[in-house]
Amino acid sequence: MSEVPMPASPMPETPMLEVADLRAGYGEAEVLRGVSLTVGAGEIVAVLGANGVGKTTLNMTLSGVLKPWSGAIRFNGAEIGGAKPPAVVAAGLVHVPEGRKIFPNLSVRENLELGGYRVSKSGRDANLQRAFDTFPRLKERAGQYAGTLSGGEQQMLAIGRGLMSEPKLLILDEPSLGLSPLLVEEMFGLIASLARDGLPIMLVEQNVVQSLDLASRAYILENGEVAMQGEAAKLAADPELKRAYLGL
Amino acid sequence: MYSPLIVAEALLNGLMLGAVYALVALGLTLVYGVLHIVNFAHGAFLTVAMFGVWLAWSQLGMDPYLSMILIVPAMAALGYAAQRWIIGPASRGADNSILLVTLGLSIIIQNGLLALFSSDTRTIDTDYAFQVVELGPLLLSFPRVVGLGAALVTAVVLWVILNRTDVGRAIRAVAREKLGASLVGIDVGHIYAVTFAIGSACLGVAAALLMPVFYVEPNTGAAFVLVAFTIVVLGGMGSVVGALVGGLLIGVVESASSLWFGDSLGQIGIFLIFIAVLLIRPTGLFGARQ
Repeated sequence: MSEVPMPASPMPETPMLEVADLRAGYGEAEVLRGVSLTVGAGEIVAVLGANGVGKTTLNMTLSGVLKPWSGAIRFNGAEIGGAKPPAVVAAGLVHVPEGRKIFPNLSVRENLELGGYRVSKSGRDANLQRAFDTFPRLKERAGQYAGTLSGGEQQMLAIGRGLMSEPKLLILDEPSLGLSPLLVEEMFGLIASLARDGLPIMLVEQNVVQSLDLASRAYILENGEVAMQGEAAKLAADPELKRAYLGL
Repeated sequence: MYSPLIVAEALLNGLMLGAVYALVALGLTLVYGVLHIVNFAHGAFLTVAMFGVWLAWSQLGMDPYLSMILIVPAMAALGYAAQRWIIGPASRGADNSILLVTLGLSIIIQNGLLALFSSDTRTIDTDYAFQVVELGPLLLSFPRVVGLGAALVTAVVLWVILNRTDVGRAIRAVAREKLGASLVGIDVGHIYAVTFAIGSACLGVAAALLMPVFYVEPNTGAAFVLVAFTIVVLGGMGSVVGALVGGLLIGVVESASSLWFGDSLGQIGIFLIFIAVLLIRPTGLFGARQ
């Protein structure tokens, strides 16, 4: 065995994102009641569950908008629980929120540029080029107000804006919400290709069937807790899940 | 009837008075557009800036226009600090608390100034206060020509900041989509404070333009802010262009109605126009439809 340490590349068994016994909520109301999960390098991990089980609260806590009550959030080797959103984004944990939350009063190009708010000017220009290559539609509409885009285009813009932040891990919250079946297909294809290029993705969805199809592993949230977890293919075949979520 | 020459002079002078109104309104509308609150301390800040100009003149012998290089950065710092460390923390994010905090702040500032400077009115004597600029057959007041020029330059600078810089894009982003802005790494609290800083810096410019032709006492700012608030609503709440056009319009209207109704009734015209515009366009001239 060589004694030379391997720089830069973390050991494969160390996950990119490790959440341990996370509790959080609003005011007095506890929403997350001790959630633990991991996302490894190069993985697509689905976090599934019905409305109101705590999926969005989980994302808000991970991205620093909400303060965790207790528990740990370890990202890329550093503890980020309780850090503010600018620090979380700078660390490379980027959250594309439910409902897109793009800037309707800014042009498409400005939306993308603001995605690189924490990135150096030179890096930003290269990233903008890459975002336009990934989403040629956005390039066509670069000068248009983002508020005039269709729902599908707005979702692309939201993801493009997230990519501009140079993510090391991307959290996608309900990217298929409100899209036509054809566009959902396109969106999931895009997510798969981002992951193939080496970007780990935590996919938070209500769309159970297609998400399990795409993800390597999945967590099912219920009432602020992880009710089931495992390999996506195994979960998809699980009779309990089928009964609870698919009505089969 | 008045001769066309007198009417033209009155309207042009009104345009220049309106430019200063527009500066005061710019700060007010910017803060409203981004934080969605009316800053009741705006008038008190204007008074502070005017006393600042007066102090720079009386203590340091600085020309009021020149004192901008001191007053504008100082007002920006004051605005930043007031939002970041007083208004923001004290209101804990609730809009109605922000209203009360800014109102309280204005009362404290007004009475602080009263304690420091008493209620005497202070003026600045300059050689150019009564100079006129000849424009063909027209005679225009020099300070007002400077006022119009400086207000237009300020508006251009503001436009460049808002549209061509990162911080400006962040300000516009936060105005409409706070959560989205947080998630790209924008520090919303910092942007709120920067918005206050820019609005207060506009007051610094306005104060330097006003002092050669006006007086200051602890309540002076309030009178301007009443007109400025009218302009903000007239132009459309939160619209920078609206504040600019509305300010100029109000200046012209005030000047014209002084000419026809007499000086003491000059402001009647403002409120007649105000009511008329709101009857026809309730969102103001440049206001966004909800």
